[in-house]
Amino acid sequence: MNGAKIVVTTEGGQPVEEVTSNAQGAWDVQVEDPGKFKVTLDVSTIPQNAAPRGGVNVRTPTVFEGNCSTVLFPLDPKGAGGQPQQEATGQSSFWGQAAQLTFEGVNLGLIIALGALGLSLIYGTTGLTNFAHGELVTLGAVIAYAFNVGFSIQLIPAAILAVVVAGALGYGQDRWFWGQLRKRGTGTIAMMIISIGVAILLRNLIQFFFGAQTESFTDYNTQAGITVGPISAAPKNFWAIGIELAVLVVVGLALMKTRTGKAARAVSDNPALAASSGINVDRVIRIIWTAGGAIAALAGVMLGLSQSLKFTMGQDILLLIFAGVTLGGLGTAFGALIGSLVVGIFIQVSTLWVPPELKSVGALAVLIIVLLFRPQGILGRRERIG
Amino acid sequence: MDWLTILTTTVHAAIGWETVVYGLAAIGVNIHFGYTGLLNFGQAAFMAVAGYGLAVSVTVMNLPFWIGILVGLAAAAVLALLLGIPTLQLRADYLAIVTIAAAEIVRLVFRSVYFKDIFGGSDGRRGFNTDFYAMNPYPPGRYGIGPFGFGERTMWLLTVGWIVVLLCCLVVYLLMKSPWGRVLKAIREDEDAVRALGKNVFAYKMQSLMLGGIIGCFGGFFYGLYNGSVQPDVFGTEMTFFAYTIVILGGAARVFGPVVGAMIFWVLFVFIGNTLAELVANGYIPFMSTIQVGPIRYALVGLGFILLLVVRPQGIFGDKREIAIDAR
Repeated sequence: MNGAKIVVTTEGGQPVEEVTSNAQGAWDVQVEDPGKFKVTLDVSTIPQNAAPRGGVNVRTPTVFEGNCSTVLFPLDPKGAGGQPQQEATGQSSFWGQAAQLTFEGVNLGLIIALGALGLSLIYGTTGLTNFAHGELVTLGAVIAYAFNVGFSIQLIPAAILAVVVAGALGYGQDRWFWGQLRKRGTGTIAMMIISIGVAILLRNLIQFFFGAQTESFTDYNTQAGITVGPISAAPKNFWAIGIELAVLVVVGLALMKTRTGKAARAVSDNPALAASSGINVDRVIRIIWTAGGAIAALAGVMLGLSQSLKFTMGQDILLLIFAGVTLGGLGTAFGALIGSLVVGIFIQVSTLWVPPELKSVGALAVLIIVLLFRPQGILGRRERIG
Repeated sequence: MDWLTILTTTVHAAIGWETVVYGLAAIGVNIHFGYTGLLNFGQAAFMAVAGYGLAVSVTVMNLPFWIGILVGLAAAAVLALLLGIPTLQLRADYLAIVTIAAAEIVRLVFRSVYFKDIFGGSDGRRGFNTDFYAMNPYPPGRYGIGPFGFGERTMWLLTVGWIVVLLCCLVVYLLMKSPWGRVLKAIREDEDAVRALGKNVFAYKMQSLMLGGIIGCFGGFFYGLYNGSVQPDVFGTEMTFFAYTIVILGGAARVFGPVVGAMIFWVLFVFIGNTLAELVANGYIPFMSTIQVGPIRYALVGLGFILLLVVRPQGIFGDKREIAIDAR
């Protein structure tokens, strides 16, 4: 709806900004601090023959640090909204909302799955629980941002470049750091503690270069939404889901069918036996690190596309990745996939009942409950946990 | 370059409130990691529930100060139980993941708008330290030598703080000499052997988790008392990570390791931070802005931590044979 005036104020009534919606009916207000805001649609600026649904023209969304909050004003033809029809709207809106949230959950779950796959493969082949994996996700997003904004490259080539660079960094990380530690005979627990140091180092280096603010890519910011059944989303989200699925399928097939994939699974099962049957374990691990870094970077780009970029984005999603991996079974690639999807959908759908800011709490609580009842996860094997 | 300020802040850091707070957190981590081999990455959660336990009892429920302290201690003990039951039977990485997740849950709940009436959202709670400073025996004034010194409030906090630190060290010393402490060290070395000797490993681990959490929780109290407030984002992953850096720097499984580690850590942290800030402010480092000093300081801690673990995992006073990092 073109030309509708929207007034945004803080909860206390302090004016923030007044905007007018564009030709697609979309509008966007940047706010400084998280908190509760009051959004009012000026009824006199919308066409004569339409009215806001249920007569409500005020919304009070809560905006959280680093996240966008969406405010929609559904419009009905004037006079059409009678009493029985409103009840019907209330019914379908719950299921519509559930479907919408499931869709968003699938998107989030696939992003988590990309991260979880890398984490799981690295854990499987090297025994390292890598607490710095979240920073690889951030790194991918930030590199893509640097190409996208710094060098004004369109987002798709920028994302491809970022994935390539991140893959190279993953290779380098194993070649000059983790590989060297393995050669020294550093234990897996020591490496896990070291990885926390790596996480702190990388996270703060990223903050040093990127800053503490929240950014978004320059492309695909204001896409008009399309509606498929009960779901309405920007086309970029459909594309994102498609790309994520395609990458996961390709990696899965590579693990099942190719020589390297088989070798990787052999190394996960038993490194010593794999080495004695002629597999070059170091080479396999290096490939896994390269691939892990690259798909983590892709997860970062997708996360930046569907939410926004911040230096803590990886740190925040890392715990969800852990939840997904634990749910699926630590060290199993396909378990990680299923677990992540469950976690993603669970998080989004749970916002039907819990406040959105606490949605991650639910997922992490599930992580703890899973450990209580089935510590090996869905696809894990008992022997790995003891 | 204001060298005098750098010098005084650095000297103050050696015995200042940060050293007390992080020293206590590190003594707790030392019991978990150094003596028992437990990887508790949620020490910040223990400090948070302690600080908030005190703050919420005093400000929201209008309970007396000492009841607030008891509430904080009880909250830490309950948290230890909740964390320990699902994870202490499992391998080390699971405890690490669960504790880090639990710390994040605690932080998110404390900062949520939903519970704002109780925990105060991202602003936290303030105004609960009046009773503590009402007990202050020092008359108003400044105590110290030359440029070094503290006001009477800080003196009171530091006096109580260091008494608690020394008491905790004494407790650790006596406990680790006792048969109970020897069982803990044996669990760190070989859990199965201890089990074979008929000891209830799970119970010992739980007691260790609880004791370390409760000692760390005093760090949470002193944080709240010095700053007069608690905010959720203070108790993030970084806090736990600093405590680990301190333990490894000083030497794990040493009674005074965490205390000396905390002193050295804060002296270096404050000295490097302030020197960098001064250099940047005076234009000696043209490619950096003053806001960037914060992250670079943290990045240096990360780098130092990695180097320490790679080159000298036993820290300054530790014994390499007593480090639990090569287990399983």
